[in-house]
Order: sequence, then structure tokens, then C-alpha cells
Amino acid sequence: MKITLKELEKLSISIRKEMIAMLTKAKSGHCAGPLGAVELYTALYFGGVLKYDPQKPDWDNRDRVVISNGHYAPLVYAILTHAGYFSSDKLKTLRKLGSQLQGHPSRLLLPGIETSSGPVGEGLSQAVGMALGLKLDEKKCQVYCFMGDGEQNCGNTWEAVMTASKYQLDNLTAIIDRNNIQIDGFTENVMPLESLKEKYESFGWKVLEIDGHNLSEIIKAFNASKSIFVKPVVIIAHTIPGKGVDFIQWEHEWHGKVPNSQQAEEALRQLRNLKGKIESELE
Amino acid sequence: MLNSKIKLSPKIFTKEIEKVSPRDGFGEGLALAGEMDKKVVALCADVTESVRMNLFKNRFPERFFQMGIAEQNMVGVASGLAATGKIPVVGSYAIFSPGRNWEQIRTTICYNEQKVILIGSHAGLNVGPDGASHQALEDIGLMRVLPNMSVIAPADSLEARKAIIASIKYPNSIYIRLPREKSPVFTTEQTPFEIGKSQVLWLPENEEKFSGITIFACGYLVYSALEAAKELEEEGISITVINNSSIKPLDTELTLKWARKSKTIITLEEHQVAAGMGSAIAEFLSENYPLPIKFMGLKDQFGESGQAEELINKYGLGKKKIKQTIKEIVSIYKG
Repeated sequence: MKITLKELEKLSISIRKEMIAMLTKAKSGHCAGPLGAVELYTALYFGGVLKYDPQKPDWDNRDRVVISNGHYAPLVYAILTHAGYFSSDKLKTLRKLGSQLQGHPSRLLLPGIETSSGPVGEGLSQAVGMALGLKLDEKKCQVYCFMGDGEQNCGNTWEAVMTASKYQLDNLTAIIDRNNIQIDGFTENVMPLESLKEKYESFGWKVLEIDGHNLSEIIKAFNASKSIFVKPVVIIAHTIPGKGVDFIQWEHEWHGKVPNSQQAEEALRQLRNLKGKIESELE
Repeated sequence: MLNSKIKLSPKIFTKEIEKVSPRDGFGEGLALAGEMDKKVVALCADVTESVRMNLFKNRFPERFFQMGIAEQNMVGVASGLAATGKIPVVGSYAIFSPGRNWEQIRTTICYNEQKVILIGSHAGLNVGPDGASHQALEDIGLMRVLPNMSVIAPADSLEARKAIIASIKYPNSIYIRLPREKSPVFTTEQTPFEIGKSQVLWLPENEEKFSGITIFACGYLVYSALEAAKELEEEGISITVINNSSIKPLDTELTLKWARKSKTIITLEEHQVAAGMGSAIAEFLSENYPLPIKFMGLKDQFGESGQAEELINKYGLGKKKIKQTIKEIVSIYKG
């Protein structure tokens, strides 16, 4: 059954609401980044891009998803429940003692998670290793690596960028959530990244630059990335941090904090409105 | 006397004893491991020949990955390779790996429970003329503190070869610490090696003769401890020397057995006294059988340029200093 863009859009709103509920209950975590990246994950998991089977999370021929920015955990968890990896009841246990839903993802505790992550800047290296290993075994699987823009500060990231190019890892698609914020402020004030596209191009990558909230554009870019040969592909997805909730949008102070119950109510009210902050690209 | 059960080289205290860098033993072992198991892959950071990974590289070029001077990325890539079922062996100098990439090792290998074998070559003062910047003296501590990571410091080239082969079959990630300098090959093919087991190399003829002093040594210094033991024996002081190459897991059974027989333990390593092999012994014994321990190692200091032996002697880790330390302890007992 093929899901329509309209349904994907509705799903994205539900996921945002689930994240607000989860984070409010957890009382700590990251808010702005995950809220802004919902469409990227929705498109990958439900837009017919990713090869996966929640009944067989260790299936040899699955595509791999590496979450380099582990603080996007609430989004990843919500996505995985919709994908059928585990029951949505677990979402309310986020960050609680004994929960499978750790503050940052743990691959040993949860099906559907490829790497336990948290410290940023090293996921791309792991994705490169997976892409190399899959190539050695002549397996036709794609490796997707989600990164934040803040971790483009890390030297480790660029070491991995060079390696992917050296080994012509065309089975690797990196996605940068270009939301322009990191903990201490705007990325261009903390440590200027621009021009990011030219940087990646000069390192031998194919760069696709897209609107990170436009579902059809995202799906198109993912599919294109699979058919580009010899070069690894990076999708620079321009997103609005905190997308959907006006007092979180663009506010870097919301990188690492969560709404209190009053703020959560307001956030949910805004998200409930389909014609609110997330404008339908079909209308 | 030498422990005959360990089947050490008959040339052990002669001038004919062969001197080989443990790196060479590792290199041969890695190539053998590559033949035994196709899942073995190797990664190196621009020091391939120096770490002796060239044998493997030449034999299995499609399974060798040159990662450049980028140790943080190298271990992350190794973790990813392990996630696809490979057994990665990662080589560099200990000062860079685990010196430069500790958090990546912690997160992508240990916390992720991806089995990777790390080779830290050029560890210790024996690096010599390159000087303090290249002498890793903290690496045992860095690796010992990590869950899901074992630590081995082979005593000679043959043991290094056995260690890498054993590591391939071992369920855990392992850090193998190698010196740069050539050292006497005093073990033989028949000398037993097992991860988690240490060996009594030298022991008193009988209990009456035992001075009550047991040395736990690892790596490049084990041979010096043996030489000291032989000369002391000739002077009427009988000690025990244990090759504690398996720093983690520690051979708790053997450690406890010899602690019970001893009055004082000496630990000997080319590493900071803080957090090293001696600390591992002390942590175990202080909970199970507390007794005095003399720590021979670097005392919160860096090395410098010089020949290996000159440095070992200057920093108080050579045969002469071992003998002197033991004589001082013996004289305390005599009161």
C-alpha cells in the first residue's frame, strides 16, 4: 500500500505531537532539532525509500540507518513505533530508569537502532565502516547517516568525509539537518560552516540541497542518492528548528530543553491545527 | 629457577638468544589470522610498515584499509565494519590510538559492543630517541578503565604472535600493547598463552628458600625481571617472576595464589604507576588479600630522548634497579 503525501504530512504532525508529549513527561531532552527534522525521517521510513523489516531487525539485506546526532532520540523512537519495531506504550518511559528508551539511543536495548550514539561527529565514520563492509560482501544495501550541522565542526566528521570519497562509497547517503542552530547559538556565529555545499563538493561528494520540510522533494532526493554512482551523496536539508511551534522555532535556547506543561499545551494546540505552522505543500 | 612447565627458550640467558621486535611477531600473527579467517580486516593510520601490517596488506590488499593520519575516524570505521560481521584489527602508535581517539573507542567500540582489536605500537620508554611526545605511558590505564575492553601486553615477539591469533577468537574487544624495540625471544612455540592467564616464569626451588618477593611484570621489562631473578638467585635471594601479560582480564587465581605465598609484591611496567598494570593488581589484592606492593613504573612524569636501555635505567626500571629494590626489601625483613 502506497502512502500519499497527504498521509505522510498528517503522520508528521502526529509524530511532532508525540514528541512534545514524550519530552514533557521526560522533563529533559532535546526539542528544537528533532521537531525540525520530522519530515526527513517520515520520508525515509514511510515514503517507500528505506528497505527494512521490523519483524527481522537484523535482516542481512536491510538498509542501515546511522543516527550520528543521538540527541534526536525522541524523534527516532516515535518513528520506530510507527514503523512497527516496538509498541508506542514505551514512549512514555523515555529517559526513565530501566527504560529501553535511553536519553540517547542504545542499539543493545532497542530493535531498529544500528548504533548506540550520543557524542556527535563519529556516526559518519561508523556509516563509512558499514558501507565498506557491505561492499566487501557485495550486498546491495544503502547506508543512511543522519547528522546535525553542529557536528560539521568536528574534525572526525571530515576525516570520515575524506574516507567515503576515497573508497567511492556510493552506497552511502548522508543527511545534514541544516537548521543553523547548535547549543551556544547560530552555527555561523559559533563556527562558520558556509559554504557547506562547496566544502562537500570539493571533498568529492555529490551534494543535493533541499527544503527539509517538503516531503516530495525529500523522497526525490533519497531516491536520487541511491542511483548516483562512484560518489557518496550528502543531502543538505534546510530545516527550521522547532518547526511547528512558534515559540520554539529558530530559538537555539530550545536546543537542549523541553517544554513545561503549560508550554506543552500551547505547542500541542499549535500542532493540532493542520493549517497552522506546518503549511501543506498541497494546499 | 626457571619454571620448566612454561618451556622457555633454552637460549634464555645466553648471548645467542634471538632479539626480535614484538611488532614482527604481531605482523606474522596478523597475516596468519587473515588466512585462518576471511572476516579479518585491517586498518592502519599511515604507519603500516612500522606497525608491521604490511605482511597482511600485501597478502590481502582487498581487506586492508589505509585510513591516513586520522585515528578517530579509523576506530569509528572499524566499529562500522564490525557491525557488518568483520573482525577489524586497527593499528597505530599507542600515543595516537588510544591516545587521540579515546572517546571514539569508548562510544563506537565499547559502548556499542562491537568487537575490534586495537594495536598500540611504540608503547613505553623503549621508543627511545623519538622522545617523550611519542612514548605512550598512559595507554594501559586509558584502555583498562573501559567496559568491554581487554588489555594484553605481550612479553616478546612470540607472545605477540599468539596474542593476536587468540584475540581473533576472543569474544571481546582487545587492546594489544607493543613496544618498538627488539627484545630477547625467551618464550617458545610451546610456551602456553591464554587471554586471562598469567605465567610463573621463575620460582624458588622450595618454600624455605623463598624470599617472599614476587614480581608481576609485563611487556618489554619481563626479560629484565628474569635476568634480575637469575642474578639474585646466584647471590642467595630467591624470588618469583610472573609474566602478567594479561592485564585485563587479570588472572585472579594465580595472582591470589602467589600473593598468599608472598610478603611483598613488586609490579614492573613501562607505564605510569597511576592506572597501570600494577594498579590492576593492587585493586584486586586490596579487596582480596591486602599486602605491601612496590610499584615500579613512571612516577607522574614524562620520558625524554635516549636509547631504550639508557631510558629504562634512568627511570629506574632496569635490572640493576630491580635487584636493588629487592635487596632493600629483603634487608627490611631481616631488620
